[in-house]
Amino acid sequence: MTNFSVNGKKVSVDVDPDTPLLWVLRDELKLTGTKYGCGVAQCGACTVHLNGQPRRSCVTPIASVQDGEVVTIEGLSAPAGEAVKKAWVSVDVPQCGYCQSGQIMSATALLNEIPKPTNADIDRAMAGNVCRCATYVRIRAAIHEAAKNLKA
Amino acid sequence: MHILNRSFGQFAPKPISRRGFLRVSGGLGIGLVVGFDTSAQGSGAAAVIRAAGVETVDATGFVKIAPDNTVTVMIKHLEMGQGPYTGLATLVAEELDADWSQMRAEGAPANNNLYKNLAFGIQGTGGSTAVANSYEQMRKAGATARAMLVAAAADSWKVPASQITVKQGVLRHAGSGRQSTFGELAEAAGRQTPPKDVKLKDPKNFTLIGKRLTRLDASAKSSGQAMFTIDVQRPQALTVLVAHPPRFGGKVASFDASAARQVRGFVDAKTIPQGVAVYATGFWAAKKAREALKVQWDETGTERRSTDELVAIFRAAAAAPDVTATNRGNTGRALQQAGRVIEAEYVFPYLAHAPLEPMDCAVELKNGGVEAWYGCQFPGIDHKVIADTMGMPLEKVKVNVLFAGGSFGRRAQPTGDIAAEAASALKALGRDASIKLVWTREDDMRGGRYRPLVLHRARAALDKAGNISAWDHVVVGQSIMKGTPFEAMMTDGVDPTTVEGVSDLPYAIPNLRVAARTAEVKVPILWWRSVGHTHTAYAKETFVDELLAAAGKDPVAGRLALLKGDARSAGVLRAVAKLAGWKGAKVGDGRARGVAVHKSFETYVAQIAEVSRGRDGLPKVERVWCAVDCGVAVNPDNIKAQMEGGIGFGLCAILYDEITLNEGRVVQANYNDYRMLRIGEMPRVDVTIVPSAEKPTGVGEPGVPPIGPAVANAWRVLTGQSVRHLPFARTLAV
Repeated sequence: MTNFSVNGKKVSVDVDPDTPLLWVLRDELKLTGTKYGCGVAQCGACTVHLNGQPRRSCVTPIASVQDGEVVTIEGLSAPAGEAVKKAWVSVDVPQCGYCQSGQIMSATALLNEIPKPTNADIDRAMAGNVCRCATYVRIRAAIHEAAKNLKA
Repeated sequence: MHILNRSFGQFAPKPISRRGFLRVSGGLGIGLVVGFDTSAQGSGAAAVIRAAGVETVDATGFVKIAPDNTVTVMIKHLEMGQGPYTGLATLVAEELDADWSQMRAEGAPANNNLYKNLAFGIQGTGGSTAVANSYEQMRKAGATARAMLVAAAADSWKVPASQITVKQGVLRHAGSGRQSTFGELAEAAGRQTPPKDVKLKDPKNFTLIGKRLTRLDASAKSSGQAMFTIDVQRPQALTVLVAHPPRFGGKVASFDASAARQVRGFVDAKTIPQGVAVYATGFWAAKKAREALKVQWDETGTERRSTDELVAIFRAAAAAPDVTATNRGNTGRALQQAGRVIEAEYVFPYLAHAPLEPMDCAVELKNGGVEAWYGCQFPGIDHKVIADTMGMPLEKVKVNVLFAGGSFGRRAQPTGDIAAEAASALKALGRDASIKLVWTREDDMRGGRYRPLVLHRARAALDKAGNISAWDHVVVGQSIMKGTPFEAMMTDGVDPTTVEGVSDLPYAIPNLRVAARTAEVKVPILWWRSVGHTHTAYAKETFVDELLAAAGKDPVAGRLALLKGDARSAGVLRAVAKLAGWKGAKVGDGRARGVAVHKSFETYVAQIAEVSRGRDGLPKVERVWCAVDCGVAVNPDNIKAQMEGGIGFGLCAILYDEITLNEGRVVQANYNDYRMLRIGEMPRVDVTIVPSAEKPTGVGEPGVPPIGPAVANAWRVLTGQSVRHLPFARTLAV
């Protein structure tokens, strides 16, 4: 049994210890906002927050999550998360939308760390998140907008 | 006017009225059906949809107006990012005079009669046709719904319909001061007879078309709520992974599942035509079980050649093309008599679409019928493929179309591959069951259906004045259409998707020959965002640039001189030159600029790229300017988004990507060796939309073709090096 919390709720799962957190979230807990894209931490679609830090859930064995605090896109409610989600809509970032949960989780983690990021900060923090539709121009614009609204 | 429950059928007009309506609508297939239960008419399962867990009936139309004042447009095109949910809803809302905030969109289920693409004749998405083929159809649907609301208001208020106005979702009668929302009149409007004909707005009165509107799917896609195939949850559903043969054309000889059985969560393994299907309670168990499976493959007749061998074969074939696409003047004689002949060979690799959501499909067998849920791009084909695979009539199969996490052509399969694989896996279980077929990234990368490997050979003659007097062009590659239902679109043995973009060369050159030879390789291929234009635009626009340079001409002015007969190509070229402040290709400061202009899918795009040398030795694209003419700009912001995305997508391919074969096996496996463009590699993009009153044309693909040659032309000016074997990473690494 692995015990941890997801979006503030305590959960307990009985799966093989090597099962990635991604598949526990998706198949056991039915939280499907976190996406599978590559399985090898190359695309960032599976990004969640583990103990406040962005993590690629596809390569995070569930055994390593014991007693941890996981936040997924479904539970993203802190001021930075709300500001990011809002900016994503107002800038019309998503195209196919599949990568955007991961993008939003990484962007929120960035704003928690650096409230007013530069383009270089954004490029660094978001380098692990692939968008095949190449919505990058708008991702950058939306992060700046969220930062502006957070300060206001 | 609401159609949210079965009981509403009691208000239905007589069953024949819909068909009558379809006839009088000029065969456009307008399916606005108001309060009408088609199940009574016997069109069966295909007309039943599920929304928000509630079974609703009569989604056979395009517009649903509910008592809660929402207007839902049934979208007949797959939403894979290119924006048809928003685009088609805009067309309806415009003629309906709805308020944008009340608009909703929903994927239309498979139903060829109602939802066919008017450009294809079957239900399907591709060729950047969504807005183009829906422009009148959706506006008529909106205008029809509006007329019925007005008629209902006139009846209820006892005033002439002509005195009723509609604005932002509210009907008003000035004389009596009465007003009503759409929702309040929905039911009464449902009892009106649809008008036989409706008048569409004069474009000068548009209030929504041409304005910035928030995408209807933006909110769901910014909160993890959007439903993709991989997210489908059905009771007791199994996850299926399929072990595919390591070489194209391979078959299962035998398999041993004894080790797989030890995996917790393993359920079963079965041979299907596509390989061995492994069934488990979840993805991780299915993946581990598949890894534990031992399969003996029958590799008789499989493809065993390597990429280099194929290129050598294609090169030899280019000397002997066997079909001619375009022939004007006398190209052979002009080349012989020319003062100067310039020659170039181009090689374009196989490319994977690599959408972020790998291939997947959920199917369920229950009560003698099958229901499917997935990002289906060709419902008109897949519906029948599933029915045939299951051995069922079409009426027993229902296909629900969900969002696709990208496609770029990958899900538009002429033979319904993914649907066939899912249905085969379902059928092999031999019992009622619900399964979700999921491909891993590696399955997707190695599963074929690539942009074809293509070789071009171009020769041109320059006369003494530096004018291009002849252009001879040969393209060698596999045919996408041959052997598929699309073969009917081939003429004289020429697959248009092999030569499009060069066979219709817009430049005024007196002698032109474009020929082709079809290569036979067992690697499955497919259309890849902008199809033939992915390679023809690169060859054509880099070659003309070199010819202009050889004649000492400016890339913009030189092209304009050759485009006298093509006002729209010249128009976007002038517009982009103005936007970028073009003063020549050399800009100093370690940078250079390149330009390209290309028409694809009837949309004209010109781009200028400003390039420097990156630290990795590859071009660093600093800025891109883009001008687009797609006729009436329905959603300007989406047009810009598609240009931005198309530029990033095209740039990724020309810089980094190739699928190669080693003795028939695909070398690349995941994003580590088939890499994606990342945010730091995305240039700043400025887009201008050239105003036009022409009919709208598509924007999903046309942003892709010009970026490659624009970058290559800039690179040649910067470094003196012509890159003719893609990707750049390959040529520059040698």
